Amino acid sequence: MSEKKRVDQPTGTETVGHEWDGIEELDTPMPRWWLWTLYATIIWAIGYVILYPAIPMLNSASEGLLGWTSRGEYAQAVSARETELEPIRQALVSTDIRKLHGSPELMQQAVEGGRSAFKVHCVQCHGSGAAGSKGYPNLNDDDWLWGGDLEAIEYTLIHGIRNPDHDQTRFSQMPAFGRDGILQPGEIQDLVSHVRVLAGREKQSAAATRGAVLFEANCAICHGPDGTGDRTQGAPNLTDAISLYGLDRASLTDTITNSRYGVMPRWGQRLDSATIRMLAAYVHSLGGGEKLPALEKTAATPVESDGDEQS
Amino acid sequence: MSSPDEIFDPELKLYESRKSVFPKAVNGKFRRLKWVIMAITLAIYYVTPWIRWDRGPYAPDQAVLVDLANRRFYMFGIEIWPHEFYYVAGMLVMAGIGLFLVTSAVGRAWCGYSCPQTVWTDLFQHVERAIDGDRNAQFKLQDAPWGPKKIGKRLAKWSVWLFIAFWTGGAWIMYFADAPTLVVDFWTGQAPFVAYATVGVLTLTTFIFGGFMREQVCIYMCPWPRIQTAMMDEKSLTVTYKDWRGEPRGSVKKAEAQPGSFGDCIDCNQCVAVCPTGIDIREGPQIGCITCALCIDACDSVMEKVNRPRGLIDYATLEDAELEKAGKAHNPVLKTLFRPRTILYFSIWGAIGLAMLFAVGNRTRIDISANHDRNPVYVQLADGHVRNSYTINLRNMENRPRDMIIGMTELKGAVMWSNAGSREGAGQTLVTKVPADSVARLRLYVAAPGDGPVREDFALTVTAADDPEANDIDEVFFERPETGE
Repeated sequence: MSEKKRVDQPTGTETVGHEWDGIEELDTPMPRWWLWTLYATIIWAIGYVILYPAIPMLNSASEGLLGWTSRGEYAQAVSARETELEPIRQALVSTDIRKLHGSPELMQQAVEGGRSAFKVHCVQCHGSGAAGSKGYPNLNDDDWLWGGDLEAIEYTLIHGIRNPDHDQTRFSQMPAFGRDGILQPGEIQDLVSHVRVLAGREKQSAAATRGAVLFEANCAICHGPDGTGDRTQGAPNLTDAISLYGLDRASLTDTITNSRYGVMPRWGQRLDSATIRMLAAYVHSLGGGEKLPALEKTAATPVESDGDEQS
Repeated sequence: MSSPDEIFDPELKLYESRKSVFPKAVNGKFRRLKWVIMAITLAIYYVTPWIRWDRGPYAPDQAVLVDLANRRFYMFGIEIWPHEFYYVAGMLVMAGIGLFLVTSAVGRAWCGYSCPQTVWTDLFQHVERAIDGDRNAQFKLQDAPWGPKKIGKRLAKWSVWLFIAFWTGGAWIMYFADAPTLVVDFWTGQAPFVAYATVGVLTLTTFIFGGFMREQVCIYMCPWPRIQTAMMDEKSLTVTYKDWRGEPRGSVKKAEAQPGSFGDCIDCNQCVAVCPTGIDIREGPQIGCITCALCIDACDSVMEKVNRPRGLIDYATLEDAELEKAGKAHNPVLKTLFRPRTILYFSIWGAIGLAMLFAVGNRTRIDISANHDRNPVYVQLADGHVRNSYTINLRNMENRPRDMIIGMTELKGAVMWSNAGSREGAGQTLVTKVPADSVARLRLYVAAPGDGPVREDFALTVTAADDPEANDIDEVFFERPETGE
């Protein structure tokens, strides 16, 4: 294998000193500019190590003369972005929420901001697609317990629902008819039948007719004689296809026996008013938002128009 | 392994400084061809961005424009969108196969005549000769001590080089923005930083590559000489020194003194003197040879002077060389150019070109792409209907705003509305205006009665309001909850 170096006669070039099956490799000198390029990269590397964090120490890396850190860069980018967004937040806060949709651009910015805020604060209960689950309302649909226009949604966001320590909170309480002994279990079953008839889940029956009497005496005051509910006290409409806790017999029995007491935090305490307004706009935009007469046209206004290739 | 005649040269170095190459000026048909090609290629490069092309009020009027900010590529009548990038890929593939085709037919003609490195090196060498003088003067000037005269000449030469280099870098950025506007912006300091950076980098690389590295780029940096050997065969044209005719070499005087004992080569070294890469073609085919044929011009003019037949150095295929050596006639040129290999390359090249032309001619400039929203998949509505939502992108690739009609195929009892409307105004179709040359994205809601199959296929359609022929369709589905509790 390794032999003494020798000079190849025809070319006058030294060989590298190895031989494979009779084939030798010429040790052709590298061009000078290549050498200088190599030196330049070495100098660059040294400079880099001096200027930037590079050498691993016991607890962290060497600091580097420029004082650069990736965290610092990140913080800078975040604060730069916040400065950029400040005018939008200001505009949002200073605009009457009932007139927000008058400026489609601002509305769109609010929706996009709300989309991000929702992912941070709301998905824990309402789910990432805002579809909710049993006991947690689906925010995509057109059924609202407390009202679904921008203003009502914002009020709900700020004050929350059934917050014990807050007097402006959305509040209502259904009696625990069974637990508190107001109704007997048999009566509750009759009532369940009636509610299921109201919701179109069951056919009229003797039990349901008995339940109708009970309903008028106990429930009509909140849910209305026809069961269509009352938004001022968050009483659900029992005749539509949507139910927060389910319309099967077991769920209804549980609801009437023990009552429900869903609580939503009051976000006015934790989020600034611009963020809350963004969240309201986002929730309103999910498809079930109510009362935006100014934008009701047959022609849709594109929400985004650029060369974006997302499809 | 060691041999008795092994020698050790203590002077051998690890690194080698460049040996200066000062090619001598030469005249002849190949030099003239080089002039013509140089003029054409430089003109194309510098002039193209300034050609105007009226596309109406909504699109730029520059014939060739790579609009990175808006992600559009304009080339005369053709406008390419990012999702049509395969056209650019196709053009790159064609360029590659075109290089194979040219190389297999006429050898390294690309290297010798139209490679940018060759063109600009040539340009720089002309400048050099105009200032420093021809080959011998250049050698002399290089060896001369630094004095006012040498400094003056060097400064003059480098300034002209720098000017050309700057001009070259400046022309490049014109392809990426409206050229007249960019020129004004550039000189008033308004241009984006990337424009200045690009010009800076290209000026520097042109100056260094064209002025100082020259053949080193071809020999050490360029990958093409390594690949081209695979593209060439014994039927590819290449610059050949006819050693069977030229050897042994001897001066005219010697040949006259001893007739019959010398070949045609008079060892005048002109072929070496004119070579821009500084090689000796008489050593046979080699990596440094870019087949620019200046040695042919030089040799021919010498042969003419000494009254010997031209073509001692000539374009010839290896097969022709063998035939000539054996005293036979060459293959006909047509047979050399049209053979299975070149025909195959040409067929592939042409097929891609035709396919692309066909595709460009038949593409629609209106497009819908719909995505069924998955989170949630469906929404139960209060009245028992079920709502599905779709995010749709409407592409209007024409240079004018267009009204587009969104419709749907059979979905029983269904109505649609968009995020800008509401269910009260819902219907079977929806009209929306899409701005010129852009994509509009909107959310589309479709509500249908809740009693139906769990999953139902249908399609969303888009039609231009002004032209029913311009339409597109995208298959989607409608999903409902499982019935029962």
